[in-house]
Amino acid sequence: MWFGFPLRPEQASTIAEGIDNLYYSLTAIDLFFTAVIFLTIFYFMIRYRRRSQQETPEQIEGSLPLEILWSIVPLVLVVVTFVWSTSLFIRNARPPEAATEIFVIGKQWMWQLQHPEGVREINELHVPVGRPIKLTMTSEDVIHDFFIPAFRVKKDVVPGKYTSLWFQATKTGQYHLFCAQYCGVSHALMRGEVIVMEPQDYERWLSGSKKENSMAASGARLYDQYACITCHGAGKGPAFNDLYMSKVRLQDGKTVLADEEYLRESILFPSAKLVEGYPAIMPTFKGQLTEEQILQFIAYIKSLGSAERKAAHE
Amino acid sequence: MSQTAVETSPGVNYLNVKYGVKSWLLTTDHKRIALLYLASITFFFMVGGAAAGLMRLHLIEPQGALLEPATYNKMFSIHGIIMVFFFLIPSIPAVMGNFLVPMMVGARDLAFPRLNLLSWYIYIAGGLFTLYAMIAGGVDTGWTFYTPLSTTYANGNVMAAALGVFITGFSSILTGLNFVVTIHKMRAPGLTWFRLPLFLWAIYATSIIMILGTPVLAITLVLVALERLFHVGVFDPALGGDPILFQHLFWFYSHPAVYIMILPSMGVVSELVTCFSRKRVFGYSFIAFSSVAIAAISFLVWGHHMFVSGQSVYASLVFSALSFAVAIPSAIKVFNWTATLYRGSISYQAPMLYAMGFIALFTMGGLTGLFLASLATDIHLHDTYFIIAHFHYIMVGGALMGYLGGLHFWWPKMTGRLYPDGWARFAALVIFIGFNLTFMPQFVLGYLGMPRRYAVYPEEFQVLNVMSSAGASILGVGYIIPLVYFIWSMRYGPVAGPNPWGAKGLEWQTSSPPPTENFEQAPTVTEEAYAYGAKEARVV
Amino acid sequence: MLSEGHVTALAHQFEDLEQQREAASLGMWLFLATEIMFFGGLFTAYTVYRMMYLPGFDVGSHLLNVKLGAVNTIVLLSSSLTMALAVRAAMLGKRRHLVTFLVLTMLLGLTFVGVKLTFEWHHEYVEHLAPGLDFDLNSPHAKGAELFFVFYFTMTGVHALHMIIGLAVMAVLTWQAIQGRFTPEGYTAIEMAGLYWHFVDVVWIFLFPLLYLIGAHH
Repeated sequence: MWFGFPLRPEQASTIAEGIDNLYYSLTAIDLFFTAVIFLTIFYFMIRYRRRSQQETPEQIEGSLPLEILWSIVPLVLVVVTFVWSTSLFIRNARPPEAATEIFVIGKQWMWQLQHPEGVREINELHVPVGRPIKLTMTSEDVIHDFFIPAFRVKKDVVPGKYTSLWFQATKTGQYHLFCAQYCGVSHALMRGEVIVMEPQDYERWLSGSKKENSMAASGARLYDQYACITCHGAGKGPAFNDLYMSKVRLQDGKTVLADEEYLRESILFPSAKLVEGYPAIMPTFKGQLTEEQILQFIAYIKSLGSAERKAAHE
Repeated sequence: MSQTAVETSPGVNYLNVKYGVKSWLLTTDHKRIALLYLASITFFFMVGGAAAGLMRLHLIEPQGALLEPATYNKMFSIHGIIMVFFFLIPSIPAVMGNFLVPMMVGARDLAFPRLNLLSWYIYIAGGLFTLYAMIAGGVDTGWTFYTPLSTTYANGNVMAAALGVFITGFSSILTGLNFVVTIHKMRAPGLTWFRLPLFLWAIYATSIIMILGTPVLAITLVLVALERLFHVGVFDPALGGDPILFQHLFWFYSHPAVYIMILPSMGVVSELVTCFSRKRVFGYSFIAFSSVAIAAISFLVWGHHMFVSGQSVYASLVFSALSFAVAIPSAIKVFNWTATLYRGSISYQAPMLYAMGFIALFTMGGLTGLFLASLATDIHLHDTYFIIAHFHYIMVGGALMGYLGGLHFWWPKMTGRLYPDGWARFAALVIFIGFNLTFMPQFVLGYLGMPRRYAVYPEEFQVLNVMSSAGASILGVGYIIPLVYFIWSMRYGPVAGPNPWGAKGLEWQTSSPPPTENFEQAPTVTEEAYAYGAKEARVV
Repeated sequence: MLSEGHVTALAHQFEDLEQQREAASLGMWLFLATEIMFFGGLFTAYTVYRMMYLPGFDVGSHLLNVKLGAVNTIVLLSSSLTMALAVRAAMLGKRRHLVTFLVLTMLLGLTFVGVKLTFEWHHEYVEHLAPGLDFDLNSPHAKGAELFFVFYFTMTGVHALHMIIGLAVMAVLTWQAIQGRFTPEGYTAIEMAGLYWHFVDVVWIFLFPLLYLIGAHH
């Protein structure tokens, strides 16, 4: 705060303070060097102002020691900054294992948020305080961007792929959610609120909200509706049990990880990665499923076990 | 420089040797072409500036004071397109480069004078397409044309705007080509590389970027056009394309492009600092090499525009490290310019005030680049007003002030007239104050979280927005003042002699305005650059 | 400086003919550098999509006419030979040879463009392989194949455009050669056109394997 005027958003996540500290340090460096240069110039301009039209100052070509000094000092500065910033970034990059996953679909010009329990929100995101939350996001049309200033998190939301970010809120309250990638006429209106609640309040809210089936249950319904069992339950296609995050061997000998991207691609572009030992007979479901339904399918497949959990039990 | 060049009487010079519209529109004289560019880019600056004025006026209220959101979006798009492609990129190279490069090497013209004229016509053609796009309803993709918004979803005149930018790119390429050949092949006897004015080193480095970078933008726009026309999936994921590939291709040019915009200004500052302190530039070779280093490294950092696009952590790491590296040569320049003042004989005419303003504002704005090269902070700052403040500090506080400083410095040479220095200094001060008031609050706005390209915003951001808009109105006034006295000076200004500033440099060894062939006799060079002192320069 | 009958004038900005020639040469090399960057962007995008859609790109590649592509390659290489001979003829002052070789180069170039447009492109269009128009391919890899054809048509189209511009320039030079404009002292324009033509040839040397041959062993 500066004379009662905010200079930064609230610190409402675990990473906010670390980022702010880096920011303050960089601000200090910036102001320091600007002041040094500005004052030095100011001083020189007065001290060495031209006093007569004839004066010819002594010419100085340069100074190697000075050049080295003012190359090394900035170099040290940027290396320190790089190391500090990069280690912060890497530490913040990966979500904790036990993060609750919430799904985000951005589309012109609104945010759709899907809790795994089946609660759906539009332009609002309720989360419990003190628990890590991972957002898996995609867009239905153009590139958007999910930005919560109070948490210091931001990630583009891209059509055709999944991107993710994670955060852990540290303070209850209500915080701005912005779209931060220009996406068309109502880009500035594609806003929302993140509402952080005490865990008990969150549970109460969750159970009190209008709920459809959990995402996994909806996915199970789709599995029946589209008769996936015809192949995937009859040996004509890979089984889904413990499929998530397993290593899949493809016909061309390569191995890929069965993550969300892979599952989504297999549904929409089945011939892109053909699994070894199965015929290439899967039809595409492009145009038949919305992004939301694809996410429900993926939630269902996850509920059938994952390679990590399988490995943990063995 | 040795005095083998003899002044002509200012009777016949390049301005009055021939009259008539045809003699201007069909000229191959680099000096006339420079003035053609001066007129055109001033026009585009006013159009782009008007868009900015309307935007700042609109933003004094959180719900928007003036424009529909759709119109606002078109405003910031056209502001960006015009200012980047039709003002900043040509500005110093096309006006001062064209005018001075032949003179500074001691030649009669550039290597390819007709190509030079063609470059101007290409620029005008591109400009006309872009103006058409603006008048026919505008384009609302932002100057960055991100896909699939621009290829599939944007209505409006994307094709016309993209075509305008595509065409103008060739003007840039050909100008750069002309400069490189001229500097390589047409230097006067005795003018070795390390006797060149630093302005030429800067122009040379800039030209390399223009030549190598612009074609990549050209092909990217061709692919966008193909996608829009034929609905094929080059960049649209719904049709199988990769929108991130567009970003890579776009920024591969557009990052080096920002160095096209700043390097020439740095070159101007070198010329101003040395003349107005009557001292050779401290660390000449370090500044020369810095220009080349900046140009080289500039091609390696484009991914820092994409830290939140979903690119891999490893790629982000590499781009972050290189982006830090590119700051070092710029820092070296700032220190060397400052050291040049030490024990100099300093005078405060308007060009020098602009140079000093440049150094202060470029230092401050350049250092904010560290916040953005730094991964952890960039995540928070990307696509907010912090970015806008950062690049306006460099582009307006830096590049534009360098341009104005150069214009004030070489105006007497170009027109043979002096302008009132009192008004010029006053305008410089107004611009400095207006600029800081406009853009300093935007750093805070950005950190508070206000995203860019927002036609409406939450109420708590209003105070800072109003401050910024107030500053913009002052800045606008500041820009109008030089327009007035420059035009006034062409008719009523006192006649300038060949060298009103007492500067070193071949261009000052001939009359103001110069004759068409620049020099009565081809000059020979026997001195180092900026040989102000009578004695040998000492090394500390 | 004018020799009688010959019009290799020294442009006013240059000190001597040698400087003029060197400037022209450096200018042309720089221009070719820009062309490398221009095509380079296309090649980069092609490489990225090839990695993403390998099966589709192979399918697409197999649908091209390798024989015609090979024939065209020979035609273009020959035209580079005739162009080099034209430059040599200019250097030796042999006007008739110069004109002959220029004409041969143009004929070979026109053959190339003709084969590409009337045989290959037309055939591919008729076979519903033109993306965005009426692309229709019965294959699980149709999406990748369509993207392949986007790049096929764009890359060969941009290449052909450069050839056509080169042919136009060559027509002008042929006319000037007939008029006797070039001498052993002044034939820079022929040399520069030769550089440009060889560059267009080199681009094709990259295009042909990348588009036609690369999937051959699959």
